[in-house]
Amino acid sequence: MDDIDRHIINTLQTGFPICDAPYRQVAESLSINETELLTRLQALLADGTLTRFGPLYNAEQMGGALTLAAVKVPTERFDKVTDIINAFPEVAHNYARNHKLNMWFVLATETSEQQRQTINTIEGQTGLTVYNMPKLKEYFVNLKLEA
Amino acid sequence: MDATDLRLMHATQAGLPLTPEPYQALAEQLGLTKEDIMQRLAAMQERGIIRRIGAVPNHYKLGYRFNGMTVWDVPDGQIDELGRQVGQLPFVSHCYHRPRHLPEWPYNLFAMVHGKTQIEADQQIRQIADVLGKQCRGSEVLYSTKILKKTGFRSSKR
Repeated sequence: MDDIDRHIINTLQTGFPICDAPYRQVAESLSINETELLTRLQALLADGTLTRFGPLYNAEQMGGALTLAAVKVPTERFDKVTDIINAFPEVAHNYARNHKLNMWFVLATETSEQQRQTINTIEGQTGLTVYNMPKLKEYFVNLKLEA
Repeated sequence: MDATDLRLMHATQAGLPLTPEPYQALAEQLGLTKEDIMQRLAAMQERGIIRRIGAVPNHYKLGYRFNGMTVWDVPDGQIDELGRQVGQLPFVSHCYHRPRHLPEWPYNLFAMVHGKTQIEADQQIRQIADVLGKQCRGSEVLYSTKILKKTGFRSSKR
């Protein structure tokens, strides 16, 4: 990754024009040509520096229900519980974290009723209490990391 | 969102075409006009269905190894004002009010920070603590130690 890549990553995190030739417009602002921008963007996606490029949809605005949930997993059962929870297609992300509540996952369902059912099923299959922490209010969301 | 918006969403969930005229490419794929595609994307962005069109970097690839979920116990009466202030700090990527689960979980304010070093993350956490001041009754920072699953969101609606 060189300075041009960094410049591309920083610029493309702020937005993207909706016009006939948007890559050309962005390339001009970066003082490179359109082909170079497309080639570099492809490479950044291929090597995983960028996980995505395109419209970022807000799941709730699309009518779905999202929540963050945590469980307190006994160490000796950690792998088993990971397998049980990851097997649910509704689980979009799952992270191990350094806390008594040591497993944190995001549930994405179409309705809040399905969210309740999924949580009940996870509790039944794991025998663990699921601490459901749906957002009550969003103050800020914009993941922008300087490259 | 109508059925056409949904089709457009499915067509772009994996990303925008990497061709000189991406909206024209989508139009051909979906049997719509380029103008219609552009107008729909702009309208969804306006309504907040699309947060933005852009790139999502992998934190770790950019050197951000210290991604902390900071959690704070603040009075419910002040949380909206405090949450807005914390959300305005330039390094906070997400800031939410979430429910407590007493007694195990007394925290109601969540803010994600990202540092390339532990020192950088600690400085960010201190700045949040400064904003909250005496209103903060307790806090913790949870670092992710392992990604167990990351598939992104997939709408199952067809």
